[in-house]
Amino acid sequence: MSTEHDPAGMTRRQLIRHSAWFGAAVVLTVAGGEVISHIAGSADAAQTAKPALRFAQISDSHIGFNGPANPNVADTFNQAIGQINGLGFTPDFVIHTGDLTHLATPAQFDQVKQMLTDLNTPHVFTVPGEHDSTDDAGQKYRQAFGAGTRGDGWYSFDIAGVHLIGLVNTLNLKKLGHLGADQLEFIEKDVAGLPNDTPIIVFSHIPLFAMYPDWGWGTDDAAQALSYLKRFSSVTCLNGHVHQLFSKTEGNVTFYSATTTAYPLPAPGQGPAPKPMTLPAGKLHDALGIREVSYTKGQQALALKDEKLT
Amino acid sequence: MTPGMPGMQTPPPAPSATAPQSPAPQGGTAVNISDFKFNPATLTVPAGTTVTWTNQDEEPHTVAAKDGSFHSPAMDTHATYSFTFTTPGSYDYICSIHPFMTGTVVVTK
Repeated sequence: MSTEHDPAGMTRRQLIRHSAWFGAAVVLTVAGGEVISHIAGSADAAQTAKPALRFAQISDSHIGFNGPANPNVADTFNQAIGQINGLGFTPDFVIHTGDLTHLATPAQFDQVKQMLTDLNTPHVFTVPGEHDSTDDAGQKYRQAFGAGTRGDGWYSFDIAGVHLIGLVNTLNLKKLGHLGADQLEFIEKDVAGLPNDTPIIVFSHIPLFAMYPDWGWGTDDAAQALSYLKRFSSVTCLNGHVHQLFSKTEGNVTFYSATTTAYPLPAPGQGPAPKPMTLPAGKLHDALGIREVSYTKGQQALALKDEKLT
Repeated sequence: MTPGMPGMQTPPPAPSATAPQSPAPQGGTAVNISDFKFNPATLTVPAGTTVTWTNQDEEPHTVAAKDGSFHSPAMDTHATYSFTFTTPGSYDYICSIHPFMTGTVVVTK
């Protein structure tokens, strides 16, 4: 059911720590500096057939941050945009999984929105991070990015036979991420008419799995949301928030945390708090990156390719 | 990883550069935010006192009352927020960005 590989570069002790946190199911292949995550057995065929859907994910740009961990987050975000534009194909869309801004100021929203227009793609989707909704329950976020969304900014859409859902789990926080009754009802109704073999992709800022609850890295009512998705054969949840790559499979659902374009955070429980890490000179780009995701008809799992910022 | 203190090189020699911070001066009106903790976690003041929070972290924080009676905007590094407590009672608050951070202001008559 689940496989665990020893990710290259990870010490035995770190691996044991990972297993202790999460119990199971890390599938990471590191090849030539890229981390390629996939469900075991799915990759070969996926590489030969033409994907029905290809998109890119970026996350946690934190426009407005100017600490020593990254004195120029606009530069690294621009580089990430350039890297997506240089993929060699036009992504069907680009999803930004939140913390677009650092302090949710109107100027920061203007700036990041302007920067996103440089992406060469027909659609840019976003979900808010808690940095985008610090003091106004997401109002400024929705003014900038809420067009066409429902409720507090959630939405769904279909491309190439895939059903995609964008969730908001950064409002009304008690300790963890939170979806709330209205949004849960939306999810239940949204998928009610879909056949079981419809591939489902869910975007959220905060992980929908318990990555590290002591630092708020989980969503308190995610189990309810996932219960509506149980009958689907392929469910993929893509999140940001944690500023590092991680994946986990639970039954029919695979979760993938993305890295950031701004600055790294410590691994779960490393140090007293999830505070920005200042890396030695020249190492920052290795911790930042973009993600390519593709879906090929007939494949159960999506193919993900995480690339370091070049 | 080196557990450094990025963001702490700037002038005010923050008292938070070393780990377990002892309770702030008794009877003060200041709450320091450092390493994702409110210090002191519980502050007791007489009614009419203005309490000032100062963020010493590189990450922004907020101060948000659980009962909604006060809510700061995001405080960036070294930013402050003040609120005057006029009514006696116990006010629990969190950082709305990192809600695992909790604090209490007890206002006496």
